[in-house]
Amino acid sequence: MTGFVLFAIILVAAIVFWFVAAYNALIALRNLTQNALKQIDVQLKRRHDLIPNLVQAVQGAMQFEKDTLQAVIEARNQAVKIAAGGSDLQNVAKTAAAETQLTGALGKLMAVVEAYPDLKATGNIGQLQEELTSTENKIGFARQLYNDTATQYNIKQQQFPTSIVAGLAHAMPAQLWEITDEGERSVPKVDLSMKPRG
Amino acid sequence: MLPDPSRPTDLFSQQAANRRRSRWLVAGFVLFFAWLGLGGDWLAWEFTQDRPAAQYHHSLPLFGLAMFAIGFGLVAYIRKTGADKVLWSTGAWQLLNPVTPQEKVLDNVVQEMAIASGLPKPTVWIVDDPDPNAFTTGNDPAHAHIAVTSGLLATLSRDQLEAVIAHEMGHVKNLDTQLMTLMAGLVGAVALISNGLGRILFRGGFGDSGRGGVGGGGGRSKGGPGPLVLVVLVIWVVSWILAPIITRLMAMGISRNREYLADAMSAQFTRNPLSLASALEKIEGASEPSTTIKGGVAHLCIADPLGRHVSGLQGFVGDLLATHPPMAMRIARLKAMGYQAQKASGTFQAS
Repeated sequence: MTGFVLFAIILVAAIVFWFVAAYNALIALRNLTQNALKQIDVQLKRRHDLIPNLVQAVQGAMQFEKDTLQAVIEARNQAVKIAAGGSDLQNVAKTAAAETQLTGALGKLMAVVEAYPDLKATGNIGQLQEELTSTENKIGFARQLYNDTATQYNIKQQQFPTSIVAGLAHAMPAQLWEITDEGERSVPKVDLSMKPRG
Repeated sequence: MLPDPSRPTDLFSQQAANRRRSRWLVAGFVLFFAWLGLGGDWLAWEFTQDRPAAQYHHSLPLFGLAMFAIGFGLVAYIRKTGADKVLWSTGAWQLLNPVTPQEKVLDNVVQEMAIASGLPKPTVWIVDDPDPNAFTTGNDPAHAHIAVTSGLLATLSRDQLEAVIAHEMGHVKNLDTQLMTLMAGLVGAVALISNGLGRILFRGGFGDSGRGGVGGGGGRSKGGPGPLVLVVLVIWVVSWILAPIITRLMAMGISRNREYLADAMSAQFTRNPLSLASALEKIEGASEPSTTIKGGVAHLCIADPLGRHVSGLQGFVGDLLATHPPMAMRIARLKAMGYQAQKASGTFQAS
């Protein structure tokens, strides 16, 4: 009889231990995912702040490209407006769509800048180009980290047996940051990387 | 040993395979180290257990404990002084305020890779040396340093520089500096002790306790140590004679394995293994002799700064003695990852 009681106690203890561990793992992953999302926001903010400078630097020389510039400004304002609403794990699609729009508009602008050798020759625009390249990369890498972490989180909460604890930990599938617009995928191949041209 | 075509070669399978291999290598190393120490204790126990009660009985594994203590003492010493010493010995200067376009790019690229790896941004250092190379040091990811030579900045494109920095961030994320510090400490302990043991044995100063233990055997009347014990003794002595070489070779093996793993981490962070492959080709092609990066830092670098000739030699000896795997092998594995990724995304182009 005591053997049975002992066995039951050990069994219960093991289950409780597993339960706590699984719960904590889910919470940790959720926080990591949230943090990864915040990192995207930080980089997006940088891009929003960078654009006015860029527009300032190029608008004098680009009298004939008003539409392109206008598209960038509008896309940026739209993105800022949506960013002000904040994003959470279950709703990143809206932010992603607005930012994709902005990426596309910026890509077109930079392609146009390539066509103005005088403009490129001024040091200012070269620096801005590097800043923009870097910002675009940072957004891309932050998105990559977010998608990887969110996928881990989603797998964890859907896999048996952790899925039992998922409801208790209020775990909900995180939305991946997807590039929805065909526009971004078909960005003209612009070389912003300051590589020596051969 | 080109990548086996029947095995999956995408970056995550390569990472998993490298991690597995690494665990086995490290486990083997620690077991060998333990055998050197505790094997001696067991032998001493065998030889002294039949002695009369008044004489010394080796009942605590003092020798093994002393070895581990010396090893970890060295590790603690290296940890305390290592990072500063490495940076100082190469004459690196810290990039605090990037001014030139090149420095700006470097600073940005390090930031980008810190984001991609989800780690804090390491400090950035530049070594004025025409030889293209890069290394990382620092005790933990929060205190990591990445140094690149000015030759690297001059040689590589932005994408290639990014791939090299990603390789270094891979070392940071995998805690390779700690692992290699541990290896260095244990290898150092073996070298120290074998040196000391050799002197004691050849001078015969150990006399009484050493030889007396082996030869005298105390209670021969009770049968003494059997043939098995003598065989173990011979193996143990031979192990000690070869230990300095074996531990060094094992540490090199682990180092090479971690290089492959860091290459695969670079591929994970940039999702562009081919740019690291092309960077390695460029680094391999530039044969400026490095004057500032000395041998002690070699295992931290992206490419072996000294052993270009050794790593060009793909033979058995070259493979065993190098801190880095042959460049051709690294490039082949990276290209395999690149083609896997291209096939998966349907953008395969022969290039």
